[in-house]
Amino acid sequence: MSASPASIPAPFADPTIAIEMSEMNKWYGAFHVLRDIDLTVRRGERLVICGPSGSGKSTMIRCINRLEEHQRGRIVVDGVELTNDLKRIEEIRRDVGMVFQHFNLFPHLTILENLTLAPIWVRRMPRREAEENAMFYLERVRIPDQAGKYPGQLSGGQQQRVAIARSLCMNPKIMLFDEPTSALDPEMVKEVLETMVSLAEEGMTMLCVTHEMGFARQVADRVVFMDHGQIIEEAHPDEFFKNPRHDRTRLFLNQILN
Amino acid sequence: MKALSLPMPAEALPRRVRFTALLRLGKLLFGTPLNGLLTVLFGAMLVVTVPPMLRWLIIDAVLFDPDPDACREAVGACWSFVYAKSGQLLFGIYPLAERWRPAIVCLVILALLGWSVRPASWTARLLALWIATLAFIVWLMGGGFGLAEVPTASWGGLPVTLILTVVAIGIAFPVGILLALARRSTMPAVRIGAVVLIESVRGLPLLSILFVASIMMPLFLPEALLPDKFVRALVALTIFAAAYLAEVIRGGLQAISKGQYEAAAALGLPFWPMQYLIILPQAIRVVIPALANTVIVMIKNTSLVLVVGLFDLISSGKAALADPEWPSPAAETFLFIGAIFFALSFSFARFADFLERRGPVSH
Ligand SMILES: Nc1ncnc2c1ncn2[C@@H]1O[C@H](COP(=O)(O)OP(=O)(O)OP(=O)(O)O)[C@@H](O)[C@H]1O
Ligand SMILES: [Mg+2]
Repeated sequence: MSASPASIPAPFADPTIAIEMSEMNKWYGAFHVLRDIDLTVRRGERLVICGPSGSGKSTMIRCINRLEEHQRGRIVVDGVELTNDLKRIEEIRRDVGMVFQHFNLFPHLTILENLTLAPIWVRRMPRREAEENAMFYLERVRIPDQAGKYPGQLSGGQQQRVAIARSLCMNPKIMLFDEPTSALDPEMVKEVLETMVSLAEEGMTMLCVTHEMGFARQVADRVVFMDHGQIIEEAHPDEFFKNPRHDRTRLFLNQILN
Repeated sequence: MKALSLPMPAEALPRRVRFTALLRLGKLLFGTPLNGLLTVLFGAMLVVTVPPMLRWLIIDAVLFDPDPDACREAVGACWSFVYAKSGQLLFGIYPLAERWRPAIVCLVILALLGWSVRPASWTARLLALWIATLAFIVWLMGGGFGLAEVPTASWGGLPVTLILTVVAIGIAFPVGILLALARRSTMPAVRIGAVVLIESVRGLPLLSILFVASIMMPLFLPEALLPDKFVRALVALTIFAAAYLAEVIRGGLQAISKGQYEAAAALGLPFWPMQYLIILPQAIRVVIPALANTVIVMIKNTSLVLVVGLFDLISSGKAALADPEWPSPAAETFLFIGAIFFALSFSFARFADFLERRGPVSH
C-alpha cells in the first residue's frame, strides 16, 4: 500500500501518523457542520471523542472512511489522502474498521458469514482461511458458540461484539467506534467495553465516540471535546476531567457526570 | 401451518374434546343471527349448484368414447374430445410426425424447472445448464443438423407457452434488477434512461408492445436484420416483464436501511459486490410476494402472443375447436387449458411461498 501512487509525497508521509486532518470543513447544504478541524492521531493512539448531541462527532469520524465527504481541507489516512478517487477510498476502508451504534450486522447471513464476507470478497482470502480467522476473532469476543446463528437471534451486546469481530477480521490498522454502547441495555454495556479495552491494550489505533467516561479514563490517551462542529479542547483524560479549560467543557462534564 | 394439518379421527379424541369441538363449530356457523343466515344461504347455494355441476362434469359426461356422435347426444361434458385432441391442444400445428420433439422439450423444461427449485442446485453450473438446455430446445423445436426444419410459425401449444414464460422471465429478472439499480443511481444519465424506459413500457398495454415488435418493426428494419417473429414477441414480453419487475425490486431496495450500505462500504466492499451480497438478497426477499404476483401475471400474459400470430396454448385450443367432425366443446377445452395454466401458476406460487419462509426469521 505504501508504494501506491495514491500515497502522498514522502516529505509529508510520517509513518508514525495514522490520521491527519487539517483545516477540514464540511457543510450539509448551507449548514456548516464541521469547522476547521485539525486533528492528528499517531499510530497506537486511543482517542475518545465526546461532546453534546449534534456537535458533529459522528460526522467527523465518518469523514475518516468517507462515509461522509468533506468539502475543504485535507484528510490523510495511513499516508493516503482522501479524494474522490474511488480506488483510494476502498483502499482506506479496507484498513479502517468501523463499529456503529446500531451494529448493522447483515441479517440475512449467519454470524460466521458476516465475518468471512469481506475477507473473502475484499481481501480474496480462501474460504477455509477466512473461516479459521473468523473463529479466532469470535473466540476473542467470547462467542464462538454463536457462529451458526443469525444476527436476529443474538442479544444486543452479542451483536455488537460480532460487529467488532467483523471489523477485526479485516485486520484493520485503525478502528472507529461511533457510540458503540449507547443502543445497548445497561447490563450489556460492560461486555462490549471489555472487548474494546482488550483491543486498546493490544495497541490498536482507536477513535471512539462515546460518553462512557470510565472507559475514557481507563484507556484513552487523549480526550477530544467537540461542540458546534469545532474541537474545543483536547487533553489527557486526567487533565481533561480534573481541569477542563473551557466553560463549555465544564458544563458538558457537569451534565453527563451527574 | 399447524392450522392446516388434518384433524385427528374422532375416535381418537376423548368424548369431552369431541363435544367442545362440535360446540365451537356450531358457534362458528350459527354464533350470531348474521352468521346463521349466511350459513343457511351458502348451504342452500351448495345444494343447488353442486349436484348439476357433478352431473355435467362426470355423471352425464362422455369420458372415453372416441366417437364424436356420442358427444352430440350426451348432455354432459365431452371429455373424449379433450382426450382425442390432446396432441393438438398441447402441440398446436406442429407437424404430426414430429410431435415427439415438442413433447421432449416440455418434459425437459419441466424437469429442469423442478430441479432448479432446490436451493442446493443454485450454482453457476445451473445457469450454464439452463443455457445449454435452451440451445438444445431451440434445435429440437426448430430442427437443422439432421432434424427436419420446423419454422416458428408452426410451433404451438404448451412448448410455446413454456419457452416464452421461462425465457422472458429468466432474462427479465436480471434486467429488472439492473433497471431498478439504475433508477436509484446517482448518475443522472443512467437514472433518466431507466426512468424513461420503465415509464414508457409501463404506460403502454402489452398488446401494443407486441404489435410494435411484430408488425411495426418490419416496416423500418430491412428483412436481413429482422429477427424471427417468435424472437420479437419474446423480446417484447421480456421488456414488459423487466419494467414491472424493476419497479417491484425498487420497492424492496427502498426497504433496506442506510446502515446496511454503510456497514458494507466500511468493510471496503465495492459497488457490485455490495449489491450482490448484501443489498439485493435482502431487498428481493422483502418483495417476494409482489415478485411472484408479477411472474404469475406474466405466465398468463404469454397467451397474448396469439394476436401476433404465434400459437400458444389458447390458440391451439381455438384451432382444435374448429374441427367440423366434432361438436365444439369450448368449456371442456378451456377448462383443460385453464388447468394447465393453473398448475403452472400455482406451482410457482408454492415456490414463492417456500422462498419466503426459508432463511432467517425477520426480527
Ligand atoms: N445527512 C444530514 N443532512 C443534514 N444535516 C445532518 C445530516 N447528518 C447530520 N446532520 C446534522 O449535522 C449535525 C451533526 O450531526 P452528528 O450526527 O455528527 O452529531 P453527533 O455529534 O454525532 O450527535 P449525537 O451525539 O446525537 O450522535 C447535527 O446538527 C445534525 O442534525
Ligand atoms: Mg452521533
